[in-house]
Amino acid sequence: MRVLGFIAMLLLALPALQPAWALNPDERLADPVLEQRARDLSKELRCLVCQNQSIDGSDAELARDLRVLVRERLTEGDTNAQVLDYVVARYGEWVLLKPRLGGHTLLLWVLPGLLLIAGASMGRSLFRSKADETVAAELSEDEKQALDRLRG
Amino acid sequence: MTNTLSLAETGHFALVLAFALSIACSIIPVVGWRRGDARLMQLASPVALAQFAMVAISFAALTQAYLVSDFSVLNVWQNSHTDKPLIYKITGVWGNHEGSMLLWILTLAIFAASVPLFGKHLPRDLKALVIAVQSWILLAFTAFILFTSNPFDRLQPAPPQGRDLNPLLQDLGLAIHPPLLYIGYVGFSMTFAFAVAALLIGRVDAAWARWVRPWTLAAWMFLTLGISMGSYWAYYELGWGGWWFWDPVENASLMPWLAGTALLHSAIVVEKRSALRIWTILLAIMTFSLSLLGTFLVRSGVLTSVHTFASDPGRGLVILGILIVFIAGSLALFVWRADSIQSKGLFAPISREGGLVLNNIFLSAVTGTVLLGTLYPLLYENFSGQKISVGPPFFNLTAVPLFLPLLVAMPLGPFLTWKRADAWAVSTRMFGVLLISAAIAMGIYLWRGGSLAPLGIMLGFWLLLGSLWEPLWRAKAGRAPLAETRRRLGNLPRAMWGGALGHAGMGITTIGIVATTAWSVEVIETMRPGDTIQVKHYALTYETVERVQGPNYIDDIVRFTATMENGRSFPLEPAKRFYPNRNEPTTEAAIHTLGFSQAYVSLGDVDVSGDGTATVRAYWRPWTTLIWYGTIVMFIGGFLSLMDRRLRIGIPKAPKRRSAPATMPEPAE
Repeated sequence: MRVLGFIAMLLLALPALQPAWALNPDERLADPVLEQRARDLSKELRCLVCQNQSIDGSDAELARDLRVLVRERLTEGDTNAQVLDYVVARYGEWVLLKPRLGGHTLLLWVLPGLLLIAGASMGRSLFRSKADETVAAELSEDEKQALDRLRG
Repeated sequence: MTNTLSLAETGHFALVLAFALSIACSIIPVVGWRRGDARLMQLASPVALAQFAMVAISFAALTQAYLVSDFSVLNVWQNSHTDKPLIYKITGVWGNHEGSMLLWILTLAIFAASVPLFGKHLPRDLKALVIAVQSWILLAFTAFILFTSNPFDRLQPAPPQGRDLNPLLQDLGLAIHPPLLYIGYVGFSMTFAFAVAALLIGRVDAAWARWVRPWTLAAWMFLTLGISMGSYWAYYELGWGGWWFWDPVENASLMPWLAGTALLHSAIVVEKRSALRIWTILLAIMTFSLSLLGTFLVRSGVLTSVHTFASDPGRGLVILGILIVFIAGSLALFVWRADSIQSKGLFAPISREGGLVLNNIFLSAVTGTVLLGTLYPLLYENFSGQKISVGPPFFNLTAVPLFLPLLVAMPLGPFLTWKRADAWAVSTRMFGVLLISAAIAMGIYLWRGGSLAPLGIMLGFWLLLGSLWEPLWRAKAGRAPLAETRRRLGNLPRAMWGGALGHAGMGITTIGIVATTAWSVEVIETMRPGDTIQVKHYALTYETVERVQGPNYIDDIVRFTATMENGRSFPLEPAKRFYPNRNEPTTEAAIHTLGFSQAYVSLGDVDVSGDGTATVRAYWRPWTTLIWYGTIVMFIGGFLSLMDRRLRIGIPKAPKRRSAPATMPEPAE
């Protein structure tokens, strides 16, 4: 049973193990501006059958389909946001490598700032509690030199 | 043949003995400490050594089974093959779940055994408890291996041939990356053990910090190098030149590194100024907890990636259990006992201590951000049943900006004096460095244009030059005669050089990252023999294509000639490699290093039997090797710090021995 499980897991993991060679020359758009937008968008979209890979960096068939789809939408005049909306409508929010700001991701997006504020206030309390007490300065540069001279 | 037959049993038996010893070593020293019984406490040392011997025998037995291709051992059959080159027979031992866990506990046993070996002057109670805590961890993971992941399971009847190792792992990287990473991960168990022991005893003093610092430093050094080598491995093996993917598994190694870096700095304050004790204890606990979390994320299979090998959820639950017991247990102990530890030492916001607090605030914020970003999809799916992704764009928008202020402040920190510093004086000392960095940025702007890239390069040079300026300034460079400066440079403590190099390495890495990100050139073309494409500074000509038989693979090699603008040329021979035993392909990129820059070529589809049409990805990656050179400089910096006199000598036992550090002009990091 364990051997079977091992093989099954390995097969499931296979797409992730495939090395990536991404975009093919024949998919490219002639317009360099549009192509650059397509590349940028591709880096924000997840390859649905791989793990943790953008469609820009995946050779999976489905990633290729998505790359072509993105280029089709762009050629038809969609804005970047419209392209993303289109892909999300079809495949769900999971496809976005940059999660959208909303109630469900609020914590995710505000936490970095909160952590910094919490850290800063903790740091401040560290100093404030000691504000009344005097803090003696270190020796000044001149005093140090004098000390060095005395030490030889 | 009897030798081979009993090999697996020897290894298994040794592991069971290690398990039994770890039970003894988990209990006896603690009982000895409670009763104040010196003999029971002293028992910890020999048992720690015996534990190590048993785990080492077990590991050696598995390695031998791989060397002789004993396919009656299930693990060997799953991951080896008689045709596999010798080096991969050895590294294949840890290229799978069971074996890598065995390497994990081997590393742990080495650390536990080094307490009696290097800790001769440790107070008796502290030594006994540190070894005991290490044994708790060893006990948990040895049990995990024995009961869920036994590498010595037999396979009857033994198949004539093995299934070979995952081709992506058949690389020198497997020999280097996991052992370095494990020394780092597991090395933090040492700091953890010291923290827990300190909480139990209720004593954290400068001597404690002086014991903890070298272990933290050693773990940090190896983790730095391990992450960096993993990054270079991904860079050349995955075939498109990316070097960091914000993959959850990468994040799993980055989090202990971030927390460990914070710990390294806060421990300085404990050692030198007796402040921040409670915080340092908490950081030590958190750092190792993040190492355990990393082990859980990678080993449990909640994340699927190249690193996960095979995984099953049952094992994941056991590791999760271990994780919860250790993290919750140590945090509970912390809450219960933190009051027994007094922090003292006053300091103004602008002071060396203040700078180190700032370092800790930002590093903790980055760590928390990476932690939440990594776990959020798992948590979200668990609670809402829906899936979302958190990928590179998120981390680039959050963790990176949080890290930038640290880089800006880094070279300033070492110039601050303890307790209270003069901000204006520090600024004037760094004025020259600022001017030079700005001039370099201006030159880059005039040469290549852009706005962010010159600023990024400026930041890199500010870091590099500012960090190196600190020891020079302390040696009065430019303010005293040359001979005087030279004498003073020689007298600076090594730890100061270590700190300066550690920071300078970060600057070198920063320059590499900025240059590679801003100025890499990528050309993707379909090519036939005879075609030439221009890739920034070199012209790439497709010469021939050839199929070559390797030891356990078939290579489709395309031979290119690259010619630089100055007429110099060199061959580039990337390949598509196929492993028939596993029925899996890999890409073998061709890389030629010129100075700090690299020409990089990898292949997509190759029509080797037809007209040789190949999809070619060619890159020019300017200054890209600086990314990894910087981490090597950081490693060397750590090594110099370890060699510092005061760490080698150990804790002064009596007041008369206080001479060594005290006469240094200013023993700063």
